[in-house]
Amino acid sequence: MNSLYNFAVGPLAWAAFIILAVTAVWRLWSMYSLAKQKDASSVAYMSWKFSFRSIFNWLIPYKSLGWKANPVLTAVTFVFHICFVVLVIFVTPHQILLENAFGITYPTLPTKAADVLTLIVIACCCYFVYRRLTNATVRFVTRTNDWISLGLVAAPFVTAILGSWSVGGEIMPLLHVLTAEALIVAIPFTRLAHILFALFTRAYIGSEFGGVRHCKDW
Amino acid sequence: MSIQDRKIEDAGLSFGVSNLTTEKIQQTFKALIDNETGAKLKAFSESCMRCGMCAEACHFFVSHDNDPSYSPVGKVSATMTKLLAADGKVTPEDIYGMAQIAYTECNLCRRCVHYCPIGIDVAYIMTTIRRFCHQLGVTPQYLQDTANSHSATMNQMWVKDDEWVDSLFWQEDEAREEFPNIRIPMDKEGADFYYSVIAPEPKFRTQLIYQAAAIMNEAGCDWTMPSMPGWDNSDMCMYSGDFEMMGRLKRQHFELAQKLKVSRIVMGECGHAFRSIYDNGNRWLGWKDYPVPVVHSIEFFAELFEQGRIKLTHKIQEPVTIHDPCNIIRGYGLMDKLRYVAHQLCDNIVEMYPNREHNYCCSAGGGVINCGPPFKKVRVEGNLAKANQLKATGAKICIAPCHNCHGGLEDVIHHYDLGIQLKFLGDLIYELMEKPE
Ligand code: SF4
Ligand code: SF4
Repeated sequence: MNSLYNFAVGPLAWAAFIILAVTAVWRLWSMYSLAKQKDASSVAYMSWKFSFRSIFNWLIPYKSLGWKANPVLTAVTFVFHICFVVLVIFVTPHQILLENAFGITYPTLPTKAADVLTLIVIACCCYFVYRRLTNATVRFVTRTNDWISLGLVAAPFVTAILGSWSVGGEIMPLLHVLTAEALIVAIPFTRLAHILFALFTRAYIGSEFGGVRHCKDW
Repeated sequence: MSIQDRKIEDAGLSFGVSNLTTEKIQQTFKALIDNETGAKLKAFSESCMRCGMCAEACHFFVSHDNDPSYSPVGKVSATMTKLLAADGKVTPEDIYGMAQIAYTECNLCRRCVHYCPIGIDVAYIMTTIRRFCHQLGVTPQYLQDTANSHSATMNQMWVKDDEWVDSLFWQEDEAREEFPNIRIPMDKEGADFYYSVIAPEPKFRTQLIYQAAAIMNEAGCDWTMPSMPGWDNSDMCMYSGDFEMMGRLKRQHFELAQKLKVSRIVMGECGHAFRSIYDNGNRWLGWKDYPVPVVHSIEFFAELFEQGRIKLTHKIQEPVTIHDPCNIIRGYGLMDKLRYVAHQLCDNIVEMYPNREHNYCCSAGGGVINCGPPFKKVRVEGNLAKANQLKATGAKICIAPCHNCHGGLEDVIHHYDLGIQLKFLGDLIYELMEKPE
């Protein structure tokens, strides 16, 4: 068991990160080349100023019409993304892994706080599931891919909290690592690709609205 | 509701579809994806979270009882998502439904962009579906008729060359009674600007040419109207997906201005024609800037007021509301200028909400009204949202500086019995300005 775990946090983790890095760079690069080749009449209007203006305004909760019209989803979306990022970086085991690999040290979350944040992320995922099932529009457009992405995101958190509660013994930490690795590898190939592309689509539409259409896009 | 449950009989769509096979559809789709679309479509398709946040943006969705199939993402899901998933292998019947969605259930108004956290432009995706349907030869009959007219006559309404010139003479003649010295200068070289209109003006709303002439003359403008093809600035080919023809139209419009050596083009009160110039036609031609400067009537009127060139006898006192046409407001940011001109003319403006770049579309735009009678019901019932907005203002007059909006709002006002009068800015300026004794 132990050696399996070591393999998972060792070579397998390296493999997952390398796959992510390579595929993410490849996806971003090929998207960029495609844009240059085929969307020149759109790329021509890209502007730093309007890109950042748009990104900035969309980072403010309840600023855009979309955030306003979907108050609960907005709250859940922001909380989910913030907790997600905080947990990934600031839970102690992750920091230890980084310290072992690169010698990086920084302050981390107390276990209790990490557990609370993990539960919040799981609750957010439950809300996403609930909404996908009950909101008629979302149900109408949901495909298998959407469920897979949601499952991939939820799994590492569920296994993390169960592990923290010592449910399932040694298997749980191992499952946590494996599901997290699955998530990492899946990013460029599923709906999670929005992690790679959303900033750019936002920047693009912000440039169009700011520079061509002379109005706000939020 | 699926699109098949609300299929509307249209001669153009039926005929087009009857010529299709699954192989032809797939071939055409692959060529479209390989040759014409790029990273934009790919990034939009892959990053959409199917969160449905965009649903409430769309007047079709709101007005049809929140029917998911009318939501922006619902329409994408039933068209582009399906095509991409099947690599273009869909049935001719599917294409009928997709054409009906893209041509008649989306105004390309882009309101949904304000609701999408990822920044997905559903209007672009619907435009791409239209382009695809055009390449398959599946277009609504009435819309195709205007596109045919464009290619045969270089104007949208089958106005013959001599009829156009006649209309100008006729309006000049009519106006002589009221303005004894009036001229509609034709083909005047080196004038300050040429005034271009959309072809429905000579065809149905000829009084607008009369009024424009009156305003130009009283304001002492150095202007001209061209007698040659190119005088029509409208562009239904942009909406039917016939981009080759769209390019020809814009080129002709600009080349005429160059031939006449005018300093700029002033365009009448129309929204879609403006979109064709600042957003679609220019890009197709590969121009980032225009070869001749262009301004919309709103900007032009604002300029005349700023320079004190229009004298009014009085202002409208009763409550007046303003409709913001998508293509020049969310499309070109003229909301402040529009308000400036409206306030010059009216003392009591009641805003409708949401307004400015957050306005609801009139539901006629994007070529939807040009799809003709078969689709009128879905368009008018699809705009209960606008009817409610208009009603809430309590105003009996509504300013809408766009031809399409006039057409769409007239139907809405009539259907919901709102008793509101629609006005162009030109209508009001003409009505209120000082005229010779
Ligand atoms: S009509 Fe307007 S809001 Fe509705 S889908 Fe089309 S562009 Fe979006
Ligand atoms: S709001 Fe944007 S990301 Fe969400 S479903 Fe609509 S188009 Fe997709």
